[in-house]
Amino acid sequence: MGIAAAAQAKESLATPADSRNPAVEGTAITCRNVSVRFFTDQRSVTALSEINLDVDRGELLTLLGPSGCGKSTLLRAVADLVTPSTGEIRVHGSAAPAARRRRDIGFVFQDPALLPWRTALQNVELPLEVADGAKHKGNATPRELLELVGLKGWESSFPHELSGGMRQRVSIARALVSDPKILLMDEPFGALDEITRDRLNEELRRVWRDTGKTILFVTHSIYEAAYLGQRVLMLAANPGRVREIVPVRLPETRTLDIRETPDFVALAAYLRRVLENC
Amino acid sequence: MNMPDAMTASPQAGMEDPAARAYFSAKQREQWRRRTLPVLGLFGLVFLWWAVVAGLDVKPFIAPSPQLVVATMINKWPVLWQNVIPTAIEAVGGFMLGNFAAILLATVFVHNKAIQEAFFPIAVMINTIPVVAKAPILVLLMGNGMEPKITIAALICFFPTLVNMVRGLEAVNPQSMELMRVLSASKSEVYFKLRVYNSLPYLFSALRIATSTSVIGAVVGEWIGSTRGIGALIIQATYSFDSALLYSAVIMSSFLAGGFFLLITLIERIVVKWQPASAP
Repeated sequence: MGIAAAAQAKESLATPADSRNPAVEGTAITCRNVSVRFFTDQRSVTALSEINLDVDRGELLTLLGPSGCGKSTLLRAVADLVTPSTGEIRVHGSAAPAARRRRDIGFVFQDPALLPWRTALQNVELPLEVADGAKHKGNATPRELLELVGLKGWESSFPHELSGGMRQRVSIARALVSDPKILLMDEPFGALDEITRDRLNEELRRVWRDTGKTILFVTHSIYEAAYLGQRVLMLAANPGRVREIVPVRLPETRTLDIRETPDFVALAAYLRRVLENC
Repeated sequence: MNMPDAMTASPQAGMEDPAARAYFSAKQREQWRRRTLPVLGLFGLVFLWWAVVAGLDVKPFIAPSPQLVVATMINKWPVLWQNVIPTAIEAVGGFMLGNFAAILLATVFVHNKAIQEAFFPIAVMINTIPVVAKAPILVLLMGNGMEPKITIAALICFFPTLVNMVRGLEAVNPQSMELMRVLSASKSEVYFKLRVYNSLPYLFSALRIATSTSVIGAVVGEWIGSTRGIGALIIQATYSFDSALLYSAVIMSSFLAGGFFLLITLIERIVVKWQPASAP
């Protein structure tokens, strides 16, 4: 029954044409045969094995998979925080380290990692103060970015005065301040309560549509992956490899209500079945 | 989304509410209690001291009565003041020298693991020698002036600051480090924008310890051959069985360390305004 139902679910999702943003052409990220191995005292672990992936400019791709499948590692490899053992990663035509130095990449961690001695505004300004950061200043000022993420009026608050959701908003504004071409998000809302998470999901879609950034978003949550993404990259574990890339054929203007539509429910059910076999 | 996900409550809003009023007055009583109890405790202890000396008829050359100590502190204030000054200079000088050296070495350690592995054990070894054993060596090397006392005070401050500072510089949130890497920050930017701030709470907890230990170092240094300072006064008073002067000198050294402690705590409050992620 499993395969037949899955195929049926996939079929029913094929409503509108390809939903990817046609305004921006070209490839943002290319991975060719990327493998990452880690060594511990006892053994070597293959975190990623032979990953091949193309991400279009302006695309919002979500990465979904069981824990230990290497989704964070893939994100870290793109950001040049991890060096692939073999294979090649190209970001807007150049190697990952060059792209990092050019500030093509903004990273949002699960922990907002705000500096506690800096106010919200000063935290957003940090990337401009470090390593020729001023040269990469985007069109939006730190103040405007705080407004974009809904924190107008909180500029001079310290991180300990902000809630978890607000801290994560600051870290998103900080990632945007150098105007990177690509935003990498590593389970940014994983530690938040569900209501805050839903609200931030909605806002992230809005920010993505307003800015036209390429976004790679790692998550554990099937609903988050389906709601946010234009495509869902599903990874399998041991070793981490691409299991399937599932296109999301849902209308581009999405409110949270969309999660109750039959199309969404069918997509989520399909993703769950693939996930169970990862 | 206009309203950020936070609750805002005005502290004034609940003042008409009897429950809120009861809460605030209970809080006020609690504060008053916390301020008065230590003072009462101190008076109780002084009373006990007086009762023992008076009741058991202890001779003045064994232990003085509280009144006698107070009288001596007033009568011999010029002598006490003259002697507390050199001790204060030695303690503060040693404090600055020792802590500065510790901060500098911690910076080197954090940037060069090889040096840390080579010299950290030596620092631990030197620290295991008791101060009273180091003091005569330094007096022989440096003579009878202020130099050996400053050095002893510096040595005694050095170690706790070194250990805390290394920990503070290294205990940076790993995701903050990754953020700095994504931003292509240089080592010096990581040091000045991340490590230094992160180490400040650790540094200040070491400095608070160093306030009293630097005074101890200066006093111990003065015991070994000196004619001036609180340490010298303590030795003189002991040999001449002037217990009232001895107690006065001890109280002076305690005032010195206490004042120094308050000063550092005040500076800490001005400098470290944020709430550290984890209290060291």
